[in-house]
Amino acid sequence: MTGFRTKLYRDDAVVLRCQKLGESDRIITLFTRRHGRVRAVAKGVRRTTSKFGARLEPFGHVDVQIVEGRTLHVIGQVEGIDLFGKRFIEDYPRYTAASAIAETAERLTPVEEEPALRLYLLTLGALRALAGGEHAGTLVLDSYLLRAMGYAGWAPALSACAVCGTDGRHRAFSVPAGGCVCPDCRPPGAAHPAPATLDLMAALAEGDWRVADASDHSARREASGLVAAHLQWHLERALRSLPLVDRS
Amino acid sequence: MYEGAIQDLIDELGRLPGVGPKSAQRIAFHVLSADPADVKRLAAALQRVKELVRFCTTCFNVAESEQCRICRDPRRTGDVLCVVEEPKDVVAIERTGEFRGRYHVLGGAINPLEGIGPDNLRIRELMARLADGTVKELILATDPNTEGEATATYLALLVKPMGIAVTRLASGLPVGGDLEYADEITLGRAFEGRRAV
Repeated sequence: MTGFRTKLYRDDAVVLRCQKLGESDRIITLFTRRHGRVRAVAKGVRRTTSKFGARLEPFGHVDVQIVEGRTLHVIGQVEGIDLFGKRFIEDYPRYTAASAIAETAERLTPVEEEPALRLYLLTLGALRALAGGEHAGTLVLDSYLLRAMGYAGWAPALSACAVCGTDGRHRAFSVPAGGCVCPDCRPPGAAHPAPATLDLMAALAEGDWRVADASDHSARREASGLVAAHLQWHLERALRSLPLVDRS
Repeated sequence: MYEGAIQDLIDELGRLPGVGPKSAQRIAFHVLSADPADVKRLAAALQRVKELVRFCTTCFNVAESEQCRICRDPRRTGDVLCVVEEPKDVVAIERTGEFRGRYHVLGGAINPLEGIGPDNLRIRELMARLADGTVKELILATDPNTEGEATATYLALLVKPMGIAVTRLASGLPVGGDLEYADEITLGRAFEGRRAV
């Protein structure tokens, strides 16, 4: 009886990705609160008669019971806590932003079943903010990316030189150097974003939504480009969903 | 490991979707023990499907000539167009016998997580078909999952300004099921889409 209990656990999770498996199953990638990223089979969820298929759609916050298997785990039961996906499907730009959040969360948890509570809470909060619609979807996405990079240990330096540590808001930004750089440390090819862009990035990293919401379109576009470049440089791989984010 | 032809066959079968090494071995030995005429027929069918079958130049359904059977049929109405993700969805809708219009097969759904955006689907071709003004109603019959719904939302945004009526397949309770077992999303959709009787 004890052995059986250890093979079954319950956790709350965000659904990051669904992939088809066989005739009617899916492999669901979940970001769980206590068990980190978990991949589990949901049997028969593609059938129209499935009892919990709708609850395992991407971006949903669910309460899930998982049975550990030798290779893949199996999802036993699911209850929906907050199924954000249904709000994103009515808003295409938010759907693309949610996809980028889910892919980033997946990439930042390279090891399965390694708990990452702070990133889990950040991901859940970002999806909730995106579904709430209080702020522009791209701002929520860029704020998430900046903070997630901070948790991963490579947030861009915005208030000091990334190379020598000299305090201040420096004008040049170099992705390989790790963020803003002072005139003495500026490497060749460093970008010179508008001051408003760097102000926006700092506001997004700190969660200062008053400044972020007041930013103009050009600052948002430039900040998104720098954030995406910084993220993908450190991930050493391009995110597939980022170029498809609708920033209109 | 087997030798020669049988191992080649197992390797080739093992590359098919959903066929693992054990299944490949089982099918290979079934082929080995089968009647030679049956095996020849299977081989001929495999060759023929690759040689003859192509995509319809109008709707992108599978066809054996330039246009598929449905696009060639003059009895089908041209003012209603049903958008589906895959050719197998055309077959599913045809089985209902309810639809007499024509189809457009997108070739998938928008899925940023897999790197599939609008440019990877046959959306440009759909817009070209709609431009001549023949189509009066566009039925969005993409899958009722997140990717399919998002694709439908994207298409509706593109097509509505053209003055074409855009409709979505209804979602709700499966026929023959018990209400108490329905999940909250399906039941919610069924309430949203309820109709007068």
